[in-house]
Amino acid sequence: MAKQGVVPDSLSQPFWDAANEERLVIQYCLDCDQLQHPPGDTCRGCSKGDELEWKTVSGRGTIYNYGVVHDCPVRLLQQDQPFNLAVIMLEEDPGIQMFSHLPGVPVDDVPVGAAVEVIFEPSANGQLVPEWRVVAD
Amino acid sequence: MTTPIATDAMYRNDEGMGIWEHRGKVAAVGVGHAPTARRWDGRPETCVGAISIQALRQAIADAGVAPDQIDGLVVVRETTTGAFWEEGKPLPMDVIQSFQQTDDPLDGIAKLSAEWLLANMPELSNVKFTMYGPGCMSNALNVTAQAVGDGLAHTCLVVKSWHNFEGRYYQGGANAGDALPGTPAITQLWGGPASYSTALQFAEYCRKYGKTHEMMAPFMENSRRNGLRFPEGYWAQHRPEELGPEDYLASRWIAKPANLFDNDIPIMMSGAYLFSTAERAADMKQKPVYILNHASSNTRPRSLLPTLDEVEDDTARTGRKIYEGAGITADDLSFENMYDGFSLFHQFHLEGLGFRGIKFGEALDFYATDISIEGPNPVSPSGGNVGSGRSRVWMHTDCIQQLQGRAGERQVTGVTPEVAVSGGPMPLGGNFTVWSASPD
Ligand SMILES: [Zn+2]
Repeated sequence: MAKQGVVPDSLSQPFWDAANEERLVIQYCLDCDQLQHPPGDTCRGCSKGDELEWKTVSGRGTIYNYGVVHDCPVRLLQQDQPFNLAVIMLEEDPGIQMFSHLPGVPVDDVPVGAAVEVIFEPSANGQLVPEWRVVAD
Repeated sequence: MTTPIATDAMYRNDEGMGIWEHRGKVAAVGVGHAPTARRWDGRPETCVGAISIQALRQAIADAGVAPDQIDGLVVVRETTTGAFWEEGKPLPMDVIQSFQQTDDPLDGIAKLSAEWLLANMPELSNVKFTMYGPGCMSNALNVTAQAVGDGLAHTCLVVKSWHNFEGRYYQGGANAGDALPGTPAITQLWGGPASYSTALQFAEYCRKYGKTHEMMAPFMENSRRNGLRFPEGYWAQHRPEELGPEDYLASRWIAKPANLFDNDIPIMMSGAYLFSTAERAADMKQKPVYILNHASSNTRPRSLLPTLDEVEDDTARTGRKIYEGAGITADDLSFENMYDGFSLFHQFHLEGLGFRGIKFGEALDFYATDISIEGPNPVSPSGGNVGSGRSRVWMHTDCIQQLQGRAGERQVTGVTPEVAVSGGPMPLGGNFTVWSASPD
């Protein structure tokens, strides 16, 4: 699905730079030994900012939940309605979630609990965006 | 005078705080509502500032208080339903010139400051305390109750208003652009509408407990029925249509499993109340409704969206906070009146309260029993946002009016209205007020 372009800001620059290298990185607090997503200026666990770094993760996860979007506020996505919008849980930490349109999965026929792996899709301005596809058994 | 935003000290966020120190010593007396409309028609007399003045004046008159006796004003500054004044769109000079304007030309049109209200309500000549409660009436009510209890004001108005402009809401700005800034893009690239998060929690709930979206129909029908008996509400005023199971279930999906009716309709509205100390309230025109407690949740989800586990943990914690500070139990609730916009999270609030002993996963079955205002277990007698449009105010007005015995056609008849709780909005992140017909 066509996605709006992305212009990295200072907080998210490492996430998007890694995506352009087809790597998935997630913010990580050294002090709490916890991943954090979406990223923040400080850790939501300990409120510190200087203990945050970025950690490469496996890019494996499972489908936690989904809905089917029929009435979308984003103009560019309206041509693709209805579409799946799923939430992925990362293998390293199921408390960390990422969104996915689940390319290739029929609308409203989403295998909740299925294994997925990260792929990278170009957005409107060429910035690669992490997406997820179901892993064949 | 610049108006501060309420600090954390005004809220009761934690468990273990004990009985609220001002339990029974603060009361709500007057209620005021301006007429609703689907959208602003552009006239000065219907702008969000004008309808706020209308609601406030009605609350003052309803309480039978002289305006110069009022010394406090709590305001929710945000008034948008999701509609913003588009950048570059010419300012409505005829409207601006109809009022005493603040430095912000959109004050009273697309937002509301305490200063704007005071400049345009010269009769409020003795207001010395003003404060903002962010977002919702539920929040502002907590601030008002605490302020009166703390003696920051003895007779205090509180107002929440909403503006709704032409055009489809949320579709302008970043959502119409070619590119998004990197951090918001992580969540906003994907196109989930406002009800998406709630829809997912509901989907997980249905999977976990073996429930279905169809099981919402009795709640929706009951809510609209009650809303049509709310003369201050949008559906009663403009579209007196019942919402039977067939109409509800046939409506189009927005974010399946949330359909059109699971999303509340954005409207122009304003609601206001007059609070006072219990002593002063005793001499006012309406029966005082005493505040036994207020409680808040500011819990955030760990990642993008709250999981069902996070929701259930937090609604249960909210229930405990509500009861602890009020010195009551679930058995004391005369009826259930928590927030419902989106309808698909109402059951989380209800189950967190343990209303009538209901446990997690049981609310949708409970909806199939008698939840009417005539029965022994009234659910959402206000009709909520489902019954009267987007305001996040109806359940508060209803609690006050039910306990005063002047809810009219909505008056509960199967129970004696004695103690109630109302609040919201979200299961994770909300503010709640406990109301009582008696101070003890
Ligand atoms: Zn930390």
